This record gives sequence, C-alpha cells and structure tokens, in this order.
Amino acid sequence: MIGELWASLLESLARLGDTVRFLLRILAQVPRALGRLQLIVDQVFNAGALSLVIIMLSGLFVGMVLGLQGFQLLERFGSEEALGTAAAIGLVKELGPVVTALLFAGRAGTALASEIGLMRATDQLSAMEMMAVDPVRRVVVPRFLGGVIAMPLLAAIFSLIGIYGAQLVGVQFMHVDSGSFWSQMQSSVDLRDVNEGIVKSCVFGVACSLIAVYEGYHSAPTAEGVGAATTRTVVTSAVIVLFLDYLITAFFIK
Amino acid sequence: MRYVAGGRAIFDGLSLDFPRGRVSAVMGPSGTGKTTLLRLITGQIAADSGSVRVDGTEVGALDRPGLYALRRRMGMLFQNGALLTDIDVFENVAFPLREHTRLPERLVRQLVLTKLQAVGLRGAAELMPAELSGGMARRVALARAIVMDPQILIYDEPFVGLDPISMGVILRLIRRLNDALGLTSIVVSHDVHEIGSVADVIYLLSGGKVVAHGGPQELRSNPSEIVRQFVGGLADGPVPFHYPAPDYFTELLARDGEASA
Repeated sequence: MIGELWASLLESLARLGDTVRFLLRILAQVPRALGRLQLIVDQVFNAGALSLVIIMLSGLFVGMVLGLQGFQLLERFGSEEALGTAAAIGLVKELGPVVTALLFAGRAGTALASEIGLMRATDQLSAMEMMAVDPVRRVVVPRFLGGVIAMPLLAAIFSLIGIYGAQLVGVQFMHVDSGSFWSQMQSSVDLRDVNEGIVKSCVFGVACSLIAVYEGYHSAPTAEGVGAATTRTVVTSAVIVLFLDYLITAFFIK
Repeated sequence: MRYVAGGRAIFDGLSLDFPRGRVSAVMGPSGTGKTTLLRLITGQIAADSGSVRVDGTEVGALDRPGLYALRRRMGMLFQNGALLTDIDVFENVAFPLREHTRLPERLVRQLVLTKLQAVGLRGAAELMPAELSGGMARRVALARAIVMDPQILIYDEPFVGLDPISMGVILRLIRRLNDALGLTSIVVSHDVHEIGSVADVIYLLSGGKVVAHGGPQELRSNPSEIVRQFVGGLADGPVPFHYPAPDYFTELLARDGEASA
C-alpha cells in the first residue's frame, strides 16, 4: 500500500520533471518560432477566438449567479450597494482566471492534445523529423504560444461579461442603485486586485497550454493513446490550476 | 550491428550495404524489424553496438543539428504517406521548401508543380489530403520526399494496401526517379514479386540477420529453406505458422484459469 503510494509519487515527480524539460525545450525554440508570426496568429485564433462563445456565455451566467447570490448575502447586512465591488473582485481575482482556465482546458486544451496526438499517430511528426523540421518548433511552440497569449485575453473577456451579468441581475432585476454599484466598484477595486487576476491568467495560460501540448506530443500513437492523453489533459490541468490558484492567492495576500 | 528493444535483440550481427545509385530492397517476414532498420539508418533510434554509416558519416554519433543536416539529404516515404492533414497537396509538397529555404513564391510554385507533374498529380494540387486515395496520397508524399532533391530516398512499405494499378505506378516511379535523379534508393517491402521487378539488390532478413542477398534472379534460385518459404509464400517452414503457445490439447481441455498453470 505504502509502496504503491511511493511508486505513484515517484512517477508523478518523474512526469513533472519531464514536463519541465519539455518546457525548456519549447522555450529554447521560441525565438526561432517568433520568426513565423502567421503560425502563432493562427493558433491564437484556434485557441482563443474559437473559445470565445463558450467563455462569453459562461461569463454571463457566472456573473448573473454572482449577482443573485451576492445580493442575497449583502441584503442581510443592508449593504447591497457593495454588490458591484463584490462581483468585480470575485470575478477579476478569482472566478475569471480560474473558470476560464478550466473551460480553456476543456475546449482548447483537449483540441490541442488530440490534434498533436493524432499527428503523432499518423506519422506526421515523424515525417517532419525526417524532413529535418523540428516538430517542437513547427507544431508545438506555435500552439503553446497561442494558448499562452489567448488565456489572459479570454479571462479578461470573461470578467468583463461577468460584471455585466452581475449588473444585469443586481441593478436591472434587484434594483440595486446603479450609481453606487459602479462608483463603489471604482473606488474599492485596486490595481493590485487586477494584477492578481492578470498574473493568475498568465500562469494558468502557461500551465494549461504546456500540459496540453506535452500530453499530445507524448501520447501513445494509438486511438486509446490519444483518448487517454485528452483525458489526462483535462484532469491534470484542472488540478494544477486549482493548486496554482491557491499558491498565487496566498502569495498576493502576504 | 546490434539493436535491442524491450529485452529482445531485434538485430544481432546484422550487416548490410546499400550501393550508391542503385535500388536496394530489404525484405523479410513481418516483425523482423525492417522498419526498425530504417529508423536506425535515419537516426530516429540508435544502435546498441556496431555502426550505422550513411555516406561515411556515423549516424549514431551525430547531434540534432548534424542529424537534421544529414536528413536534408534524405527523403523518406512513410507507409501511409504521412501527409500533413491541415494543408492541401500543394502546400504539403512545398512544406520542406518553406521550412528550409527562402525562395521566392514563383520558384516554389515551379518546383512544386514539376514534382507533382513527375508523380502525375499536378491536377490534384488543390485537394486536401483527406480527399486523396491511398495511392494518390503516397504519390504526393513521394513528390514531397523529392522536392529538396535528396541523394537517398527511403521507402517504407510503399505497396501496402494499394490496388495493382497504383502499385505499378509506384513501382515505375521508384525506378524512374532512381535513374533520372541519380538517387540511392532503399525499399523496405515484403511484396516479393513487385520488388523483384525493380530492385538491383535484395536483402532478405530473418531472425535479426541477413539470411540471403543478391539480385532478384539469384534469390529466386536460392536453395535455402527460409528463402524458398518466403519467396514461395509457404505457410510453414523455418518461420513457423504458429506463434509460440502451450500444447494445444492441454490448453483446450484445461478448465478456466488452469491453462496458464
């Protein structure tokens, strides 16, 4: 029992080390990959623009729920005007980056992992190797950078739409005073809060994109292998995102 | 040369020589490691001992840039073509040019169209790989393999799953490209008669060793049992029909769970 735990711990550590080495290999190729901007732009479109609808819809609903729950809670203390602040801080610092990262892992991460995994399974990566083209530079780096660039933008859009959703419920339905909703938000949300959100979404962007390209690139070249890689992408991303979220939050509070 | 994978020696004491400017064929029963041999030649894997040399260069000793420099002089045709599925036929053939050179678009276009013309698929330039038949995909991959004018062209099972017409087309292309471009061609296959019609030299592998080699005629008249089994397509012989298994009757009569005991 303890032996098994130890073995699985060792395996996880080995995996982590392998992933970091893969990250270094990616970073070493970034300068050369930047010479082909079109490839990166295409991937920002794939990872970002194609995730827009799901991000915007989820943002709206999360914001609306936040508006409703926040209103119920704040009403007990007679401070409904603070709804704007509560919604904005909750979204910008926490829900925006985290929920976006989880959705990103499910929408873009799985697409990346299965695409690269299928390229591996159909020998496309070997063919590139044989044409003296490094598949890490040509395939992996643009997709990684695309994800890294797309994530903070998606998180920002998520928070923006979320605040609109909270406003919709709070001000339009629950009749919180519109002036105090916005002015309280303006006066109590610090730059520090926004920075926290930006740092989080950037870190999550690196983590989710890295996990997706790593899993895809190292998947077994079979149908099951690609399927397993896709599953692992989502599971690992979710756990890592929540873990990193705690770390960064603690770091900002200190 | 010796290569061990998963505790099993795939090759042990293997020695072959592919003469420049000729079409050499490597044949052998499935599972003898023909594809592994290609991966050794192209440096995708390294031999455990011995040496693999291409044009005098020791492949195993090369670092990644050295290996890539060597591979630019090689073209390889994969079993299923391995075309990039997100770009069309033209861009697939243009891919090595775009990655390795900064040629003006007009020149890229001319090069790609001449290579596509050579494989008879100039008219298919705008199709996507998914719209091609197996034979066409392989011809496009062939055009892509020769677009950088390699010195060595490697074919991994080029005839698998092709109809007789496509097979004939690929066979003729192998011979014509070899002679017209002055290539050294290495063909891995187990299609005895097809390959016999184009190869100059044939190596027959079995059990990690070369069991016979020579021209197609020599091979056909080779008296050894394994060669006769392979060339004649006999089910049983030195290469057994049955995968190693416990005694047939014991296993049939055993109750569940006892078979392996």
